[in-house]
Amino acid sequence: MNPVLLWFHQLGSPPIFDRFAARWAPWCYAVAFLLMGVGLWQAFQVPADYQQGDSFRIFYIHVPSAMMSMLVFGLMAAYAAIALIWRIKLCEILAMACAPVGAAFTVITLVTGSIWGKPMWGAWWDWDPRLTTELILLFLYLGVTGLYHAIDDRRAAARAAGLLAIVGVALLPVIKYSVVWWNSLHQGQTISLFGDSKMDPSMQLPFWLMFVAVQFWFAGSLLSRARADNLRRESGKDWVAKLAAKS
Amino acid sequence: MNGPSLLQAGSALLVRDLRLLWRRRGDAFQPALFALLVVVLFALALGGEAQALGKVASAVMWVAVLLAGLLSLDTLFRGDADDGSLEQWILAPVPLAWLVAVRVLSHWLTTALPLILAAPLLGELLHLPRDQLPVLLVSLALGTPLLSLLGAVVAALTVGMRRSGILVALLALPLYVPVLIFGAGSVARSAQGLDAVGALLFLGAGLVLALVLAPLAAAAAIRIALH
Amino acid sequence: MSPSPHSPLPLLAARGLTFTRNDEPVFGPLDFVVAAGEALLVQGDNGAGKTTLLRVLAGLLRADSGEIDIDGRTAQASLRSRAIAYLGHLPAMKADLNALENLNFLCGLHGRRARQLPGDALGMVGLAGHEDSLARQLSAGQKKRLSLARLWLSPAPLWLLDEPYANLDLEGINLVNRMISAHLRDGGAALVTTHGAYAAPPVQTRMLALERPA
Repeated sequence: MNPVLLWFHQLGSPPIFDRFAARWAPWCYAVAFLLMGVGLWQAFQVPADYQQGDSFRIFYIHVPSAMMSMLVFGLMAAYAAIALIWRIKLCEILAMACAPVGAAFTVITLVTGSIWGKPMWGAWWDWDPRLTTELILLFLYLGVTGLYHAIDDRRAAARAAGLLAIVGVALLPVIKYSVVWWNSLHQGQTISLFGDSKMDPSMQLPFWLMFVAVQFWFAGSLLSRARADNLRRESGKDWVAKLAAKS
Repeated sequence: MNGPSLLQAGSALLVRDLRLLWRRRGDAFQPALFALLVVVLFALALGGEAQALGKVASAVMWVAVLLAGLLSLDTLFRGDADDGSLEQWILAPVPLAWLVAVRVLSHWLTTALPLILAAPLLGELLHLPRDQLPVLLVSLALGTPLLSLLGAVVAALTVGMRRSGILVALLALPLYVPVLIFGAGSVARSAQGLDAVGALLFLGAGLVLALVLAPLAAAAAIRIALH
Repeated sequence: MSPSPHSPLPLLAARGLTFTRNDEPVFGPLDFVVAAGEALLVQGDNGAGKTTLLRVLAGLLRADSGEIDIDGRTAQASLRSRAIAYLGHLPAMKADLNALENLNFLCGLHGRRARQLPGDALGMVGLAGHEDSLARQLSAGQKKRLSLARLWLSPAPLWLLDEPYANLDLEGINLVNRMISAHLRDGGAALVTTHGAYAAPPVQTRMLALERPA
């Protein structure tokens, strides 16, 4: 059998996944911290934006977070689909572990977006299409998490929440389009604050550093949460007892 | 031996639901009554002045219909789940998705249709400009079945749970947003003198898609929930 | 077990069935067959998994491993739904409909044996005269008899009966036994769970004992 496939198959075994996650999560966090440190330092080196001044620097946190909030939702739905079709327990765990991390990214996006917009709007909130979509995305995340915790049977809970994630990801483009349409209807053609601004070459380095950094942060978070959930689910088994006795 | 055809099973379910509604005729008015309450509360909160009310009338009506629909979602599957009927649906030789679709139809007929019929009256209470009424009615006619179908997925996901309450609302909200936007938005566009047909066509397209996909998703959710 | 004269293939064959809930094993691995014309009595204490086993066979739950064959073919949903009639704990009767209306609906949903009418079924189970009684007004025993009427009208050859004697008086118990005997004579089969030895079908019956897995 193909060694890569074999490795994937083995990873599905709870004790092996536990060792894998325990080993790699700290490294992911370490790399994330390092990259974030360099990225943020670079972010302050870049000259201030001529229009928005220093408040523009929050872009380096806001945009990677926003991209992650969307990517994580897609990943969550993908894990959920695999879990539903092939009934792989590990994918159920991974899908559910994505939800709180994705929700956190969404909250960071909303908060940084709000902080960024305050000098421009004069208020802490504006029904900007992108922020509005992020808000609805937050509700979707909260719904998935809420559903997962509301059902007693862990596997049925993961499958139900997973189905919701799949429905959500299918509707996400529709929601985004409808919010953009709604915004154009009621507020005319406003230039979005977070529009696709062309990035000056000097901005590229810190941006990509931050983007890669949040990916590693996400990987570390995902592995840690998945490991915890895995241990909780398998708590009756021998290998968990041995592990607890060792530490 | 061959099982019942889709039409036989579907009409048996429809007849059953209409009979059940007839036995509890009073219940049919509850969503309309709730919408009326919402409208009255808004009128009181906004001061009752005709001009001010008229500007927000269509939006308030859409919200009232949406909330009334949300409240009635609980009755979609709970009764059948509690007495074991839902199990027999799963075991029947016809596709569960088909039975779900028929059930959503009968539910819409008994909860949303009275709302749509009450809409002109509610519009009068809010001083809805007369020329907006036709667009509002069409948007409701297209939007409420869409809300029922999307709501069915949410109701199916939570069918096993006891006190689902706010969770149902939280789950349904993101799914309802596009319907509300295009529904209320179509009336807003016509109020601005622009063409509302585009928005209404979106609702229509969404409805067609949901007619096919929502029962399948809800059927999958029911099987998961009854596990 | 001698082969049944009706069909060389067993009506139901289960191989290596296991089921876990919340990672706790409920039963398994189980291997058994049920041939046409015989009844299988599933015995076990409370919590041994009898109801779960029946729900797995009916198709409401999915086994973690193992296979189920019906008439020699792998049991897919459409095949299973036509072959099996399931009588569970809940009566599946609408409280606001009367006995006849309930039966008419369930026959519309599952199909009906040819030449049998819901009215006759009510007479057969001792509910003649209760056609217009709302299900809400029936006693627990009468509701059970109504479920038995539905069972009698079902065209499915394999009956999965979960505690069919519950809520019934002595006459009701005899009714269930009569129904099972007649059904087996017609070439059907039945799987019956009971958690006591107080009632059992008086026909060719084998036992399947479920114990809590170690």
